[in-house]
This record gives sequence, C-alpha cells and structure tokens, in this order.
Amino acid sequence: MTQPLVKVENLKKHFPIKGGLLGKQVGAVKAVDGVSFFINKGETLGLVGESGCGKSTTGRMLLRLLEPSDGKIYFEGQDITELSTGEMRKMRREMQMVFQDPFASLNPRHTVEKILEEPLIVHGVKDKAERKRRVKELLEVVGLNSWHAKRYPHQFSGGQRQRIGIARALAVNPKLIIADEPVSALDVSIQSQVLNLLQDLQKEFDLTYLFIAHDLGVVRHISDRVGVMYLGNIVELADSEELYDEPMHPYTQALLSAVPIPDVEHKKDRVILQGDVPSPSNPPKGCPFHTRCPQAFDTCATVKPVLQEAKPGHYVACHLYE
Amino acid sequence: MGSPVIEVKQLHTSFMTDDGEIPVVSGIDFHVNPGEVLGIVGESGCGKSVTSLSVMGLVPSPNGRVKGEILFKGENLASASEKRMRQIRGNEIAMIFQEPMTSLNPVFTIGEQLTESLRIHRKWNKKQAMARAVEMLKLVGLPRAEELVKEYPHQLSGGMRQRVMIAMAMICDPTLLIADEPTTALDVTIQAQILELMKKLNKETDTAIMMITHDLGVVAEMCERIVVMYAGKIVEEGDVKTIFQNPKHPYTVGLIQSVPDMREKKERLYSIPGNVPKPGSIQQGCHFAPRCAHAMAQCLEETPALKSFDNGQQVRCWLYEDGKGAAANDTAIG
Ligand SMILES: Nc1ncnc2c1ncn2[C@@H]1O[C@H](COP(=O)(O)OP(=O)(O)OP(=O)(O)O)[C@@H](O)[C@H]1O
Ligand SMILES: Nc1ncnc2c1ncn2[C@@H]1O[C@H](COP(=O)(O)OP(=O)(O)OP(=O)(O)O)[C@@H](O)[C@H]1O
Ligand SMILES: [Mg+2]
Ligand SMILES: [Mg+2]
Repeated sequence: MTQPLVKVENLKKHFPIKGGLLGKQVGAVKAVDGVSFFINKGETLGLVGESGCGKSTTGRMLLRLLEPSDGKIYFEGQDITELSTGEMRKMRREMQMVFQDPFASLNPRHTVEKILEEPLIVHGVKDKAERKRRVKELLEVVGLNSWHAKRYPHQFSGGQRQRIGIARALAVNPKLIIADEPVSALDVSIQSQVLNLLQDLQKEFDLTYLFIAHDLGVVRHISDRVGVMYLGNIVELADSEELYDEPMHPYTQALLSAVPIPDVEHKKDRVILQGDVPSPSNPPKGCPFHTRCPQAFDTCATVKPVLQEAKPGHYVACHLYE
Repeated sequence: MGSPVIEVKQLHTSFMTDDGEIPVVSGIDFHVNPGEVLGIVGESGCGKSVTSLSVMGLVPSPNGRVKGEILFKGENLASASEKRMRQIRGNEIAMIFQEPMTSLNPVFTIGEQLTESLRIHRKWNKKQAMARAVEMLKLVGLPRAEELVKEYPHQLSGGMRQRVMIAMAMICDPTLLIADEPTTALDVTIQAQILELMKKLNKETDTAIMMITHDLGVVAEMCERIVVMYAGKIVEEGDVKTIFQNPKHPYTVGLIQSVPDMREKKERLYSIPGNVPKPGSIQQGCHFAPRCAHAMAQCLEETPALKSFDNGQQVRCWLYEDGKGAAANDTAIG
C-alpha cells in the first residue's frame, strides 16, 4: 500500500464560547470532535452532512487556515501541524482551496489577471512575462478566454466566476484541492459544467480532491469514497458506490432516503427523522445521533461508538455493528 | 374538477432601471386547479419569484409594472385595489417565502404573528385565535407548542421557523398557497419533514399549491403538473410524468439530464453550454436559441408559439411546428 497523500488522525476543533463580565470561557462549540481519514493520491474524497456538522471546519484545518485544537495532519507523510507559519506558507503551494461563493472570494476591485497573478507572486514567480503567460494558460485550462483577463469579477456569470476561483487554485500547481461547496451556489445547468471541468482537471493534472458538499447527488457523481459527518464526527466512510447502495449507519440511511429523486417512478421508503440537529455546543452524551436515531438502544445514550472497519474499506461508528 | 382557482393570462412584468424598462416576465399563461400542486421550475433569474409576487400584488412600485390578467376565482386581481388585495393576502391566498427569517417579524412573538390574520380577517378573539395557533403548530410537528407561541423568531432554528411560516400560511385555510422555494434553505432531513407536511395539508384541506423551486427532485415528489420557465417565458408545460419521461423542449431535456442522480453514477454529466441570458438582452427569437444545439435560422428571428399536444403537453419550440423535431430528445444527450 502506498502512502496516502493526506492522513488525518483524531482531528478536533473546539471553538471557545466566552461569556460573563470577564469574558471567561464558559463552554465550547465542538465543531469537529475527533475525525480520522485519509485521501489517496489522485482520488476524490467526498464529505457530506447537514449544515453545521463541521465539514468546512475540517477542510480549513487541513490547510491550517484554522488551527486544530488537537490531532495530526500528515501531508505526504509529513506532520504539518508541527510546521511554523513560514514553512506552512510554502506548503500551501501544494494545497489550495476553492470556495462556495465565487463572488465573495474574489476581490471585486482586481481584474481577473491580477487575481490570478497574486498566488504566483506569493509563491515566487518573479518574471512578469512568465506570470502573464501562466495567467493566459490558466484561463484556457478552465475554459475562459485570454481577453477575460482584463475584466472584473462582477462582469462574469456565477459559473464563470467559479471557473476563475478554480483557476486561482490551480495557479501554483497544487497536489491537493479542497473544494468547499464549489457548485452549491450555481444553477444545475452551470453546475454540471463546473463538475465536468473539475473531473477533467483531475485527470489532466493528477489532482487529489477533498470535495465538501451537502448535495448527495453531486457528491456521488464526483467522489471515489465518501465520508458522512454528523455533529463534528465522521459516522460512516466507504467507497461511494457501496455507501449509497448499502449504507450502514442509521443516519446515512435516513439522509439518503430524505433526498428527493428526480424521477416520478421512484418508490421510496422514507425514514423521516424527528426533531432538529442538536447544538454542537451541547452535543448529546454517547452517540451524537442517538437523540434522533430510530434504532437507538440503551448503550447509545451512554457510550460513544468509534469508527470501525465493519467490512473491508467500509467504516461505521455505530453500536449496531459491534 | 371545476374551474381553476387561479388563471394567469398574458402576464407581463417589467422593471424600470437605469438601462430602461427591463422585461422580466414576458407574457406567461398558466392556471392551478382546485386541490392541485403545480410546480414552476427554471433557473435562477428566469422570473419565478417575480411571477409569484405579481400574483400576490407585491411587485414593488413604482419601478415594477404588471400587465395582464390574474383571475382568482374569476376576479381579476391585476385591477383589484390595494384594500381588496389586503383582504385576499394571507387569507385566501397565502405565501411561504424562501427565507423564513426575513418574513417573520423579530419583535413580535410567534403567537402574535400566527394569530394576526385570524384576528384581522376572521375577527376572532384573542383566546380563540391563540388556541388555533397552538393547534396549527402541533399540526406542523412542532414540540412545546404552548410555549412556542410566547417565544420570538430568533429563539427557533431555521427548520422550526420554516414550519412556523407554513403554519402561518395555512392557518386561514387558504384556497391557494404559493410556496417560493420553501425548503431550499433547509437541510435534506428537515426538508423531508416539511415536504411531507405540505403534502399532508394539501390532501387534508384540499389547498391548491403553486410550488416554485429549482429542485427537480422536489417537483417529481410533490407536483402533479409542471411549468418550465426560461428567461421570462414558459417553454414547456405538462403533467409531471410526461415532462420527466418525455420532455420535448431542448431546455427541459438538458435540464433533466444535467442533474446528477444519486442512485447511479454517470461517467459524465450533460451540460447545457453557455449561460442564462440577462433579462431583456434577447430582443427577438426564441430565448433559448443562443444555447440550443438544435437552433435554426428561424429560431434566432421569430419567437415560437406554445404548441399543444393531445396529452396536454405544451411546448414553445420551432422543432415541433412540423414534426421535424421529434429528434430533440435523442440528440441533446451530446
Ligand atoms: N469561528 C467560529 N467560532 C465559533 N463557532 C464556529 C466558528 N466557525 C464555525 N463554528 C461552528 O462550528 C460548527 C461547524 O461549522 P462548519 O462551518 O464547519 O459547518 P459545515 O458543515 O461547513 O456547515 P454548512 O453546510 O452550513 O457550511 C457550526 O456549529 C458553526 O456554527
Ligand atoms: N425590484 C426589481 N428591480 C429590478 N429587477 C428585478 C427586481 N426584482 C427582480 N428583478 C429581476 O428579475 C429577474 C427575475 O427575478 P426572479 O427573482 O423572479 O428570479 P427567480 O426565477 O425567482 O430566480 P431564483 O431562482 O434565483 O430565485 C432577475 O433578473 C432579477 O434581477
Ligand atoms: Mg460549510
Ligand atoms: Mg426566486
């Protein structure tokens, strides 16, 4: 087995909640509460789960845009949680991010050329002509034209802006791209253009993706393997085909059954969950899902299940399978 | 079946902007039958919300202009007074907006907001109205209804607020409910709860629903008939089964093929080339022609009319004028 590109062990992020007159810490939002996974070179790992379950926080910690509260992140075998800020800055050349809102993440006062040149300057491409050549190349790679270089973000459509965001991430030839809801803000017809582009680029440049999204159809389409998060934990992780066809965790089962299918003949056996997602500042004891789980039993309220390999390559954190 | 609850004829809505008058809805016709769920789908900016605002008489003046007929149980709302519209809104026609936080008033309790329409339109007293509000909150599956009526919107989660919105919309037993992306802001497990609830209310109270969404999954699940809009016009209409299984307009075909299906992995998704045009930027011809793989010279010059088929399906496309277009279906799968 070759070494994975990324390996994460027991990663946590607890945001302090301050209160009182003295601003003392009175609690913590357990946004990510001990997740472990790996991503092989050239593959796409999808991360799904409902709003607030910690997907973005996980993605941002991989780049150390957020400092983990605990846990290890290995990139090509090297522990990057130990790197100094300067070393980490160099490391970011290898790992880039594409954001959900293509508009908010692009500086409105800069031309596309300037936006794409910036990461090149940061990473030491000193020759101006070289940078211009690279910008032109990047625009072509993402299906835009070189005459777009002189335009400003507001002069583009949503899909085109997302292409600019992708071009910016590609500028420094990264190995890993963390795409946080890259198509969520786009219309379906535009969404499929961007998904196809991401797939083409992956083949061409042997890219590795961590693909974060809440749309389960999109995630299945793009991912080789998928991790399901609930309240800061990964509750299930498997090959994408296997996860969608034979989900094991009751939460995954409910989640998949809740998705409306664009097919009038489709017959569904729907598991309708009761209640809302608990707050990550006060997560339930035991299994985080037990308060809404249709199959919970006594142990679930007291003992937190750990993620275990239930079948080869299929991991699940649930007492039903112990 | 009886006559339609609402019948919209040649609705034109435009806005005055610095660049002149921009047409946003360009002559659309549709109706909703009693107890029916009609889906209106189309991409961002195609005019879905403006259509529903036009029906409700809520297009912002003075910039907005609405022309055409909006017949609600035979009465033309397009020429109704503001006073009359206020009697109808929230009473006979109710609306659920996409963003629940902006449509709930932060300074009033849930109970005060829920009972307002009963007290104004039905002249119920406070106690009666409050009892009904509690009953409605229970019906939409909210726990602690007796306490919730005393709480404020910010104390509720997004899913709870959306359920309050639905309770508020349904409390007066409206004849027509307009739901504009009622679940888009919600997580799928909460969305499933809400859709289930809307279906139940539709069955139990026979309320007609106009369901606006861009999610084809939601449409397949909820609606009996669909209207597909593109750039301010209706391009196709039919019962839900026909539209999903035998779409005719190249836009509808492309739209259905663009959606990744969670049940199976396609090698590659179909994608419609190009982008949605800016409103008003297409002066003549079919609005979809610039992105259409089947566009002919005629498509760029003349606007096609809606053509009806025997099964009730209607399509606005030159391909179907003389039968040569049966091919749109196969060849769009490029
Ligand atoms: N800077 C912060 N301070 C405090 N809490 C935070 C902070 N950032 C995120 N959180 C909380 O951490 C939890 C996880 O947030 P995160 O953004 O990772 O969720 P997500 O899975 O990406 O959700 P979404 O699908 O809505 O984007 C949420 O409860 C959020 O409110
Ligand atoms: N008050 C207004 N003044 C000027 N233009 C407007 C106004 N309201 C809406 N528009 C324009 O009308 C067009 C249609 O808008 P509408 O909100 O109906 O789109 P929609 O189909 O509901 O899209 P979405 O799926 O994004 O909600 C858009 O181009 C929008 O910019
Ligand atoms: Mg997020
Ligand atoms: Mg809208």
